[in-house]
Amino acid sequence: MTAPALELRRNRSTPLPPIHYAIHALLLLVSLLFLFPLLLVISASLSSESSLLERGYSLIPQAFSTEAYQYLLRDPSQLLRAYAVSGLVATVGSATSLLVMALLGYALSRPEFKFRGVVSFVVFFTLLFNGGLVASYILNTRYLGLSDSLLALILPYLVVPFYVLLLRTFFAALPSEIIEAARIDGAGEWRIFFSIVLPLSTPALATVGLFSLLLYWNDYFLGLLYLSDPAKYPLQLLLFNILNNIEFLNKLPTSQVATVVPPTQTVRMAMAVLATGPAAFAFLMLQRYFVRGLTVGSVKG
Amino acid sequence: MNQPNSPSPLPPSGPRMFQKPGASFPERSTRLSSRSRQTLALMSMTLPGVLLLLIFSYLPLSGLIIAFKNYRAADGIFGSAWAGLKNFEFLFASGAAWRITLNTLWLNGLFIITTLVISLTLALLINEVRSRSRALSGFYQTALFFPFFLSYVIISYFTYALLSTDQGLLNSVFKSLGLEPVRWYSEPSRWPLILVLVNLWKNVGFSVVIYLSGMLAIDPEYYEAAALDGASKWQQVRFITLPMLSPLITITVLLAIGRIFFADFGLFYFVTRDTSLLYPTTDVIDTYVFRALRQLGDFGMAGAAGLYQSVIGFALVMFSNWIVKRRDPDRALF
Repeated sequence: MTAPALELRRNRSTPLPPIHYAIHALLLLVSLLFLFPLLLVISASLSSESSLLERGYSLIPQAFSTEAYQYLLRDPSQLLRAYAVSGLVATVGSATSLLVMALLGYALSRPEFKFRGVVSFVVFFTLLFNGGLVASYILNTRYLGLSDSLLALILPYLVVPFYVLLLRTFFAALPSEIIEAARIDGAGEWRIFFSIVLPLSTPALATVGLFSLLLYWNDYFLGLLYLSDPAKYPLQLLLFNILNNIEFLNKLPTSQVATVVPPTQTVRMAMAVLATGPAAFAFLMLQRYFVRGLTVGSVKG
Repeated sequence: MNQPNSPSPLPPSGPRMFQKPGASFPERSTRLSSRSRQTLALMSMTLPGVLLLLIFSYLPLSGLIIAFKNYRAADGIFGSAWAGLKNFEFLFASGAAWRITLNTLWLNGLFIITTLVISLTLALLINEVRSRSRALSGFYQTALFFPFFLSYVIISYFTYALLSTDQGLLNSVFKSLGLEPVRWYSEPSRWPLILVLVNLWKNVGFSVVIYLSGMLAIDPEYYEAAALDGASKWQQVRFITLPMLSPLITITVLLAIGRIFFADFGLFYFVTRDTSLLYPTTDVIDTYVFRALRQLGDFGMAGAAGLYQSVIGFALVMFSNWIVKRRDPDRALF
């Protein structure tokens, strides 16, 4: 790589050019602006309900309180169930999706595959033209019976043509000698795919797998369309309903809270924090894979 | 066309007609059978994906006719009576078609321009300081990229905390400055700007990463030579970085233009909290179709709007792909 070499060539002890200080100041400001809404919501979730109602949202809690979290954690079943639904859909969905798309992408990457042209067309035409929402909705609810089924949250996103394209490009760039050698040794396509191609393709698989995981985890649309039973709501849909209608939040038995007014404003924000937290943490852990995968994609073209 | 589509096992000899002329091998029976076994294996690998596409992407195509029907759930798609162009007449006569088309095009256009300008600027700045301040540059990238991983549902909580009329931070700031508080969720004229900012906030980091990786791929010797010749930083950006990046920029923008007829549902539905007062400036084709379908239950008109979007969208994709192909065939979608 050229970047480290470049760095070596430069003298590290020379002072930063003055313009760099201005750039850093600007970029720091922008970065803080980007993190600002997140801090605002965290602060609100740690405020007391009365201070939030009287003085509004602020960057630092005006009256620190954990009542919102306590309220939520007294009966976390609703939140935990939504987490479980989202987790199940995201893991099963992205794992299945990765396998299906990798198989498809591998076949499409083999120049000797006889029906490559036709299958490519079948896959990529869907990028250009689709039947639209209404037809899918009627098909899925009326003819496939997917209403209120978790399968409705998984099946429609299993094949994303764009990711198939990405995987195909990656597989096609693998050295064909290795595949030829395995073939001469008598390995069949399935064997070659699982024991040679997949282990060599971890960067591409990681990137596509993460994108798929994100697609499932963040999805609200399929739930909005196909679910009416609140017990099956994934996290995003639960959050949407709570923001629009606080009544949606699990009511505690009245005897327990008869004296307390539920801190609805702060509870909403605490809910958002609890829903974002793990995902944000995963993002921090995984973002370099995204960046690397995207880098490979855009440099290779 | 149909035969290769159907994933049925082929006879061991394999039909020769699908083979490309140059690819035929000497007619040796062992060779042939191993080749058709290979074809069979590859076919079976595509089977799950192709089946899913047939069910979830191709079967709904037949449902497009609903735009021309007077849909009644009891009669189903094919049993319902024909309505001719009545659904379209209603859509265009109500003025809705004009409004949602204009909103979709104008807001998506704004998004494309602002995202391009801001992300390119930020990428240039980070690129400039990157080699001397690795850790800080990493922090900038993370901070900018972070919102990309949040769903619009979560983001709507953030915007609500800022914009809520009574408790929102913006109004608190306005009050402390002695300004009149604004009822954000009932003033449509403010929303194009709000939507542009929210879209930037969520998506700019992704473009920054793409452009930064493009800049990393530029050979540093160009800059060294330019610096020796006394070129200023701005001249280096103007005559090296931007020209080297222009294929990437062109493709990114053209692909976005190809999608300009399709709006980001989450942004327009959740961030506005589906407030009907805001529809004049925030209602786009995708939200309109969704509401017609799920709230009004007007399948015919939702279908008509959807077909309108599919057809114009298709034309725009073809058009932008045609331009991409002329400039850089490798980057064309097809």
